[in-house]
Amino acid sequence: MTQTPHISVQHLNVHIGNQHILKDITINIPDKKVISIIGPSGCGKTTLLKSFNRLLDNTPEVKITGKVLVDNEDIYDANAEVTHIRKKMGLLSQRPFPLPMSIYDNVAYGPRIHGIRKKSELDQLVEEQLKATGLWNEVKDRLNASATRLSIGQQQRLCLARGLAVGPEIILGDESTSALDPVSTSIIEDLFISLKEKYTIVLVTHILRQARRVSDYIIFVYMGKIIEFGPTEELLLNPKEELTKEYVKGYIS
Amino acid sequence: MQLRLLKDKILAKLMLVLTLASVSVILVIGIGLYYKSVPILHRLSWGELITSSVWKPLKGLFGFYPFIMGTLWVTGIAIIIALPLSLLTALYITEYASVNIKRLLAPFVNLLSGIPPVIFGVWGVLFIIPLIQNHIAPHFVEFSTGYSVLAGGIVLAVMIFPLIVSIISEVLRTIPQELKDASLSLGATQWETIKKVVLRKALPGIVAATVLAVSRAFGETIAVLMVCGNNAAVPHSVFDPGYPLPALIANNYGEMLSIPLYDSALMFAALLLFIIILLFNIISRVILTRLERKLAS
Repeated sequence: MTQTPHISVQHLNVHIGNQHILKDITINIPDKKVISIIGPSGCGKTTLLKSFNRLLDNTPEVKITGKVLVDNEDIYDANAEVTHIRKKMGLLSQRPFPLPMSIYDNVAYGPRIHGIRKKSELDQLVEEQLKATGLWNEVKDRLNASATRLSIGQQQRLCLARGLAVGPEIILGDESTSALDPVSTSIIEDLFISLKEKYTIVLVTHILRQARRVSDYIIFVYMGKIIEFGPTEELLLNPKEELTKEYVKGYIS
Repeated sequence: MQLRLLKDKILAKLMLVLTLASVSVILVIGIGLYYKSVPILHRLSWGELITSSVWKPLKGLFGFYPFIMGTLWVTGIAIIIALPLSLLTALYITEYASVNIKRLLAPFVNLLSGIPPVIFGVWGVLFIIPLIQNHIAPHFVEFSTGYSVLAGGIVLAVMIFPLIVSIISEVLRTIPQELKDASLSLGATQWETIKKVVLRKALPGIVAATVLAVSRAFGETIAVLMVCGNNAAVPHSVFDPGYPLPALIANNYGEMLSIPLYDSALMFAALLLFIIILLFNIISRVILTRLERKLAS
């Protein structure tokens, strides 16, 4: 990791109410790679992911200290503009949440908010992103149909296209395949692999095989702390820490 | 084992009977009101009763048009005032307010719904009437006593406000955080998210809340009759007095029943109110189904 990190987390602490969810997290996320965050349920991996685009802001009684630098800009700085930060990152949640509008409008939603009004420009963007997620041929004849009519797998790809349409640099995936069938899952996984040419991708997953299939690096989180961070094969096959060894073998979950 | 299954069956049947019994009350009331209105319907046709503006019971002239218009004016004004206020309040409470403010505000809103109508009436007479008479009306018309459909509408708006706020808040709370997060994570502001995602998703619920509030407003009696002026003429501006149907019934039932057909005329007023509310509910049900279908397609 000689290149400059895309996201640099420094001494991040997150409290929600009385709970200390993330404890002194410091990590550098490399540019244009796929990074998986693994760990048992409730270890704080989703919280860590959401701290990257400030989606924790709306959680009641949350307290965040430390720094998260994205492109060397501290996103928790008092002067940082939250919409600008979020625009840099596409989020793919556990289950697809299409917006209550048509397929076309879902993809055009972000660009419209950021000021693109011209129909031809929007048309082109929508087509481009639907092609990038392999959805174009499946939906090109019914762009004005409601997005909820699509299958779950298609909806998830639509959500990915919607996120890509605002031109992000980073894709955040929060167990994005957990609601999908095996075929849709492998389509999404392949998409992640092909998208890393252009984007930095951070995934939360509890499926070790998935982490192994798609990621270049793995972060293992346990009880709110980063236990180990390293290249995928190395961490999974030859972990340095005892906790990682036990988790990878399946002793702790 | 058998006994358990039997119990289940019996209970289901029992609930069906009880449900039918309570629903049939609507039918019974409708039939009862119609039956009691028959005498006046023999003398005058539906068309005459509904379209005539002359109300002279002593001469046997019963025109209900002013009362129908009075009801519509007051209810219309109330909903025009209450809906935007309630919607913004509900949005503030559910989307913007911090936990502490939420804890502080919610009881106040609920308290409003617990205040007896007669107190709203007194408040209207002592506060709203002079306000309209001295400060609002002079800017628009030459003279107004303050007793007007506007006063009725304002008092009614305050009364239905908590109902709309609580239903809309309930609807807004059902919208998943993840859906809002999806919009926010694209760089939308909170207001953009509310306008384009939350309100869109909540629209059927908001319509339903409005329907309930309007139905309740149609029938509200005591507070309205205290501030409306109760003049049997069609209002032509918000500063004119009006005479809604419930006020007509409440003011006169039990008195002057020696006048021929008067008793039947008041029953017909009740029947009219019943029909207005019924029609309104049927129409809004149709709109709501269309809306839901449109959102789903």
